[in-house]
Amino acid sequence: MPKTQIEDLNTNIYDFKNEDNFEFKIQKGLTKDIVEEISRQKNEPEWVLEIRLKALEMYNKLDMPTWGPDLSELNMDEIATYVKPKSKLNSDWNDVPEEIKNTFDKLGIPQAERQYLAGVGAQYDSEVVYHSIKEELLKQGVIYTDFDSAIKQYPEIIKEYFSKCVPISDHKFIALHYAVFSGGSFVYVPKNVKLEMPLQSYFRLNSPESGQFEHTLIIVDEGASLHFIEGCSAPKYNKVNLHAGCVELFVKENGYLRYSTIENWSKNMMNLNTKKAIIEKNGKVDWVSGSFGSHISMLYPMSILKGDNSQTEFTGISFAGAGQNLDTGFKVVHMGKNTSSVVSSKSISKSGGISTYRSLVSILPNATGSKCSVSCDGLMLDSNSRSDTIPVNNVENDETEFSHEARVGKISEKAIFYLMTHGLTEADAKAMIVRGFANPVSKELPMEYAVEMNRLINLELEGGIG
Amino acid sequence: MEKLLEIENLCTNADDKQILKGLDLSINSGEIHVIMGPNGAGKSTLANVIFNNSAYTKTSGTIKFNGEDITNLKTNEIAKKGIFMSFQTPEEISGISTLNFIKTAKNKIEGKTIYLPDLKKEIENDMSELGMKSELLHRDLNVGFSGGEKKKNEILQMLVLKPKLAILDETDSGLDVDAIRTVSKGIEMFKNDENAVLIITHSTKILESLKVDLVHILVDGKIVYTGTSELAKEIETNGYSKFKEGA
Ligand SMILES: Nc1ncnc2c1ncn2[C@@H]1O[C@H](COP(=O)(O)OP(=O)(O)OP(=O)(O)O)[C@@H](O)[C@H]1O
Ligand SMILES: [Mg+2]
Repeated sequence: MPKTQIEDLNTNIYDFKNEDNFEFKIQKGLTKDIVEEISRQKNEPEWVLEIRLKALEMYNKLDMPTWGPDLSELNMDEIATYVKPKSKLNSDWNDVPEEIKNTFDKLGIPQAERQYLAGVGAQYDSEVVYHSIKEELLKQGVIYTDFDSAIKQYPEIIKEYFSKCVPISDHKFIALHYAVFSGGSFVYVPKNVKLEMPLQSYFRLNSPESGQFEHTLIIVDEGASLHFIEGCSAPKYNKVNLHAGCVELFVKENGYLRYSTIENWSKNMMNLNTKKAIIEKNGKVDWVSGSFGSHISMLYPMSILKGDNSQTEFTGISFAGAGQNLDTGFKVVHMGKNTSSVVSSKSISKSGGISTYRSLVSILPNATGSKCSVSCDGLMLDSNSRSDTIPVNNVENDETEFSHEARVGKISEKAIFYLMTHGLTEADAKAMIVRGFANPVSKELPMEYAVEMNRLINLELEGGIG
Repeated sequence: MEKLLEIENLCTNADDKQILKGLDLSINSGEIHVIMGPNGAGKSTLANVIFNNSAYTKTSGTIKFNGEDITNLKTNEIAKKGIFMSFQTPEEISGISTLNFIKTAKNKIEGKTIYLPDLKKEIENDMSELGMKSELLHRDLNVGFSGGEKKKNEILQMLVLKPKLAILDETDSGLDVDAIRTVSKGIEMFKNDENAVLIITHSTKILESLKVDLVHILVDGKIVYTGTSELAKEIETNGYSKFKEGA
């Protein structure tokens, strides 16, 4: 089949690996010495080291999760938590070292910046190697920078917000994150500033047997609006790699944030990521999420609807193929009055892959007049794949509207036959059905990313990427 | 007149139950054939088996199309040979627009990419002939379509894909009088000396304006009787009891 050849080519877009060329790679494992060494390498203020050490203690105290996928393959003694690339932070792509620049060229990042982004950040292993933002946004007071620079340049803001949305003690892997975090982005959008074009940060993990722990902190001030896009990928290695990033989002009164993610991890990746938003009065956060790849994912973005009339929507899709266990979902807490949440989650599983939708809806006693509707669909492409839904709903209030729908089913043989009677091969027919299934999510993405997502779906259907 | 479809001694099972029990059927190009038969006789099964639906196992028999044995070809290959089927219950596919679907089907069957604006113009012409709203093109395939819209959509596909043989499985059922006439008109528009139509139906309404060559009675997995268009009318008044006893 000629098709396969084309898809194989595409695979290389993500799967090419550069030599493990670094300026500094910390020894494997997780000890106080290692954490102190990371802090030294980063030349950061004392208060950050204090947080790291507190987090390390917390990590050692906290138990592994007692639910979800089996994480026993993850051995922290085998993971290097900090890999400093051979590059300083640049604001011109031409200054980024050739090999690293080629990586981002292949991933289409510089082109995207020229065509439809207001700013770009690019992280390679543990450090951000490129960051830039359009001049006119700077003039409006928008801040978009790598997280390390933010710590140094805006210590007051960072101290005020850092770890205030996602606390160190949230769970074991967030404690790990705070102990060794490195890189990530900081965004501040001032009052009433509305960005027309998105900002995008891209995280590429190249080094084998290592981890990526970027920290993203976004503050959308009153009446401001932002679309932030996060992209992630990594080439495939035989040993386990770990991603335990953290995203903290603060949306003030009347603010709006759309947070889109397309992640495509290699299939040796443990993706234990934590994302949370706190939304004030009349604010809104829309999450759009496409999760592809990884060996194991545990990913449950969360919205706290703190202010009255605050809103959130989540539209997500995940695709689990052979050897993958993707445990994903969404969590929402309704605190304010008349708050609303709409959750639409889709999962696809194939060739023995396991997709689990795990959700939490909590409507607190004060959140009168609130509305929540959850719908999740699971599509299994064969009979040895699994798709489960595990919802937890705490509705502590009568004056709310709450609905939950779950549909899980195998791809329809009749529909495949119908399409085949119209000249489509079985593979084409399945691809068309899956693309249609994913369409409500791709519709939410900017066109270029929707195309990207369709390509990822095709790759998964071919059993591509490693 | 050339032989287009030749089916000999076709026997098929589904779930270990025998459905077609030695069925013979031969259709020449330029002809319109009709199959009538009681519910559950095996009419839809026949259409599915011609397309080698894997839900059915063939235990004996051959199917030839244009002299070529297509008995074991893949469904999509059979479509590419020039056979089309209008489904008794057309499938709904979410997230794929009707236009995208017809375009994909046309390109797959022709084996080349057709210039979309031209194709779209042709589709819209056919739709107006069939009294279809062109906004249906931008809706998900058959999702939320009324029964009649779904059936007309099948006829539209027949017109656009231009097969050599169109099998219409109860395209008329569930349609109002005017819609049945529209479907007949669609068949007339489609029909020429080179192609053929096999109409599976329970009523003679759809046949009124068509020049039917032969009517076959299918009972219990076999063609038990073949006659001219008069036969259809007789069935409509007297039912199948006479043929069931003979079967
Ligand atoms: N996939 C299948 N598995 C099991 N049994 C089947 C299958 N398809 C058809 N049958 C059975 O075979 C018989 C013939 O069905 P078929 O749909 O061909 O009838 P029909 O002649 O088209 O009837 P109708 O006029 O009601 O459309 C029925 O008893 C039906 O239940
Ligand atoms: Mg039938």
